[in-house]
Amino acid sequence: MSVTASKQRVWTAVCRYCELTPGRGVAALVDGVQIALFRTTAGELYAIGNRDPYSGAFVISRGVTGSRDGVPTVASPMYKHVFDLRSGTCLDDPTVALPVYPVRRYRGLVWVQR
Amino acid sequence: MNANGVNPEHDATRPGPAAQDGARRIVVVGYGMIGHRCAELLAERAAAASPATAPVRITVLGEEPHEAYDRVHLGALFDGKSAEDLTYAAPPGVELRLGDPATAIDRQRKTVTTASGAEFGYDELVLATGSYPFVPPVPGHNATGAFVYRTIDDVEAIKRFAAGRKVGAVVGGGLLGLEAAGALKAMGLETHVIEFGPRLMGVQVDEGGGQALLSRIDALGVSVHTSTRTEAVEIGEDGAVYALVLAKGEDLSALPVDLVVFAAGVRARDQLGRDAGLACGERGGIRVDELCRTDDPAVYAIGECAQTVDGRVYGLVAPGYAMAETVADHLLGSDPAPFHGADLSTTLKLLGVEVASFGDAFGATPGALTALYSDSTAGLYKKLVIGEDGRLLGGILVGDASAYATLRPLAGTDSPLPATPEQLLLPASLGSAPSLGPDALPDSATVCSCHNVTKGSINAAIHEQGCADVAALKTCTKAGTGCGSCVPLLGQLLSAAGVQTSKALCRHFEQSRAELYEVVLVTGIDTFARLLAQHGTGEPDGCEVCKPAVASILASLGGTLGSGKRGSGRHILAGEQAALQDTNDHFLANLQRNGSYSVVPRIPGGEITPEKLIVIGEVARDFGLYTKITGGQRIDLFGARVEQLPLIWRRLVDAGFESGHAYGKALRTVKSCVGSEWCRYGVQESVKMAIELELRYRGLRSPHKLKAAVSGCARECAEAQSKDFGVIATEAGWNLYVGGNGGFRPRHADLFAKDLSSEELIRTIDRFLMFYIRTADRLERTAAWIERMEGGLDHLKAVILEDSLGLCAGLDRVMAEHVANYADEWRSAIEDPETLRRFVSFVNAPGTPDPEIKFEVERGQIKPLLTIGPPPQAGDGAGESGADRGGAHARGGDRPAGSEDERLVPAEVGA
Repeated sequence: MSVTASKQRVWTAVCRYCELTPGRGVAALVDGVQIALFRTTAGELYAIGNRDPYSGAFVISRGVTGSRDGVPTVASPMYKHVFDLRSGTCLDDPTVALPVYPVRRYRGLVWVQR
Repeated sequence: MNANGVNPEHDATRPGPAAQDGARRIVVVGYGMIGHRCAELLAERAAAASPATAPVRITVLGEEPHEAYDRVHLGALFDGKSAEDLTYAAPPGVELRLGDPATAIDRQRKTVTTASGAEFGYDELVLATGSYPFVPPVPGHNATGAFVYRTIDDVEAIKRFAAGRKVGAVVGGGLLGLEAAGALKAMGLETHVIEFGPRLMGVQVDEGGGQALLSRIDALGVSVHTSTRTEAVEIGEDGAVYALVLAKGEDLSALPVDLVVFAAGVRARDQLGRDAGLACGERGGIRVDELCRTDDPAVYAIGECAQTVDGRVYGLVAPGYAMAETVADHLLGSDPAPFHGADLSTTLKLLGVEVASFGDAFGATPGALTALYSDSTAGLYKKLVIGEDGRLLGGILVGDASAYATLRPLAGTDSPLPATPEQLLLPASLGSAPSLGPDALPDSATVCSCHNVTKGSINAAIHEQGCADVAALKTCTKAGTGCGSCVPLLGQLLSAAGVQTSKALCRHFEQSRAELYEVVLVTGIDTFARLLAQHGTGEPDGCEVCKPAVASILASLGGTLGSGKRGSGRHILAGEQAALQDTNDHFLANLQRNGSYSVVPRIPGGEITPEKLIVIGEVARDFGLYTKITGGQRIDLFGARVEQLPLIWRRLVDAGFESGHAYGKALRTVKSCVGSEWCRYGVQESVKMAIELELRYRGLRSPHKLKAAVSGCARECAEAQSKDFGVIATEAGWNLYVGGNGGFRPRHADLFAKDLSSEELIRTIDRFLMFYIRTADRLERTAAWIERMEGGLDHLKAVILEDSLGLCAGLDRVMAEHVANYADEWRSAIEDPETLRRFVSFVNAPGTPDPEIKFEVERGQIKPLLTIGPPPQAGDGAGESGADRGGAHARGGDRPAGSEDERLVPAEVGA
């Protein structure tokens, strides 16, 4: 699949929905950008930046997902900072936020926009 | 002295009736437990005094060179504790002069002279010189190898002398004698106790109690000789103890021994007072009034050197503390509580046997009734003394003193019994255990008899000073800091007051890890989702704390849960469990700071063939990994990307390697020295044992990592005493140590059992580990677990070695299932395509390595090149395009637009 027009928001299909383990994430490389993609236990999809700002390592996709007061979260595997999957905000330090990407499920595939 | 005539540092040494700077000088002679307590109380009172009063200078003169220490627990020195562990902190602001005993008092000049010739002037003098051991004047009593049991120095001397010797005897079957016997037993000596009287602990227990105690102690392999006189100590050709001559009635016999400890009672050390002309009792002890004053109003005497108004000399710590309190209040406080006498309530554990005696234990009160429960086979004896009015007067408990904490405070109060005497006496297994809750106690009941703290004061500390846990109560009220027997009651008072100390695992579970383990064990729930739904707090999902913790519990019980597909040795990445694991367990490797992983193949016992070493070298070279030898005697390979892990492990598994579980909260390594196969000094085959243990416990999931070691002799080259479980070979077998820890807060392991056979050793470790896995908190190493455990090491020994909770069969079964169901996680992983599919850096570009993992070279090997600067932002277009990198491996489909399939699309934020 080709990616065109850099100025335009482009939807990219990255994998089948059924390939995703409920409650875990995977990393996708979209136009050179690392995106952490999660399928929560409840079946929802979220996409946020894969880089852990506290360590600089690209590991967010390997964190454990969860919930805090009903908010879907992921904890970075490096130093266990917890991020809001919806907004990318670090719940332990609201001044830090990861980029968030639109993600959707369509025809059995998972699409990410950037 | 300086020009002003004031030298605060040495003013107390200046004789004379008053200090020139106006300070009031209080000198305490004796720095044992009571002298220390007195100095501490005086310092506290002085600090709290109004500024208008004269400053107080407190000086303590001690004979022993040590700081004051917990003499009651001297026996702990044979159990791995050090003198430092028993030592008390010096009271702030008190001048200590140690190793220089007072030798004379000049009451006219008000001075005390020490052995070194120093002279200390006082305004008030407190004598707390304690007592000395009574040694019967039998021939040979001072031979080499004859000891007393009173001080740290005594203990050290016994320890040194006992090394390599075989038989020891204790003369005296009282409290101290049995403590000394416990010490000899702990050193592995064949131990005899010679008691002149007809029963053990004659002061504290009656005939029936003595019988129960005897049967218990006899069962431990200590030979008890009651109604037996020690006639003489025979001395061998080397001048050391050779045998004891014993007389029982008319019969004389000789008992060959290598050492003897005299513990036949103590005598008040009143000589200093006698020499100064103070009135003393006929059988010893400086006479004092109810304020602990001697017949010189400036001189006080407290503790074991004093004969109190009731004509007794108290040899227990609690009455001594009460006297210290009286004196401190009288001198510097207000409203001293007069000391009229104390009961001889005591509870202790001798050779692992609980003994308690309290109140009117012998039923001396006129009209007293006795309720008795006795089980001679079990070595249980419980007696309650009840007054005519139905109130509790006292009691004796042998074999199970758990009721002591709640019963003792009731004795002698007006409170009615919380249940019928029969209910209170019957073992819980024989009937409904009555509630012995703190509610049954009146506010005036003394909860901590060592420090005379009432239930009312403890409740005040909870409600008015906000004490929220036992530690705070200890600091605030001192309750529980003496003998410690009231600590369980403190906990009960806290919970009765509604203070909840949260043991919740996290916001998703109110239970502790140990409670969740029990839930899983009892209910058989084998998924996180069900556990959360049925036992969680209502959050829709767990978190990084509870998910791995529950995964660990499920893995520990993997062989036990359910049956068939659900149970037996399920892979930790099977099914739902995969989603619960922390990244290390998820990729079966250790995450490093740059997002790469390290690989550690198991090298059991640190033993490895040249061929296998070569394979590790080749793998490291071929994948460009950094190699380092670990502290656990294996080799760590660093710098692997996730997609390399299966390739690396294919090679390692083919060469016969297995997962080393360096990534798991699981057994890491069993380190070993080379042992008797090669070492000139080794006494057992330590490598063989280490390998056996490592293979037995490999893959065992636990609350935290487990480290172990086996040393082939007492030289301890494997450093076993710093491990969670450590084994040291002896001539006779193996000594097992538990609860050691390196790390942030190092802790020496405690000696747990001695001279075990290999089978006994393994069975004991099995149970130790399974009990730990069952009851520890999340991420709680064995060291912290043991320190937190109510009853400590003794309790642990009772559970593991005596099966006091009846758990051992269950622990054995779960361990047997673990051993039977073990399978190498990495072999299973590389054989399962579903699992392997996860080992990619990018889901849409499986062949593409993570471009952000970069290395530089240092000392001939790679090291991470860390990303510096702010994170790349979305839309930066950093790096090459995905298409150029092997393609965005999207699998067909049109560019999506809004459709009915969009229900899962989250709100568009950012981008």
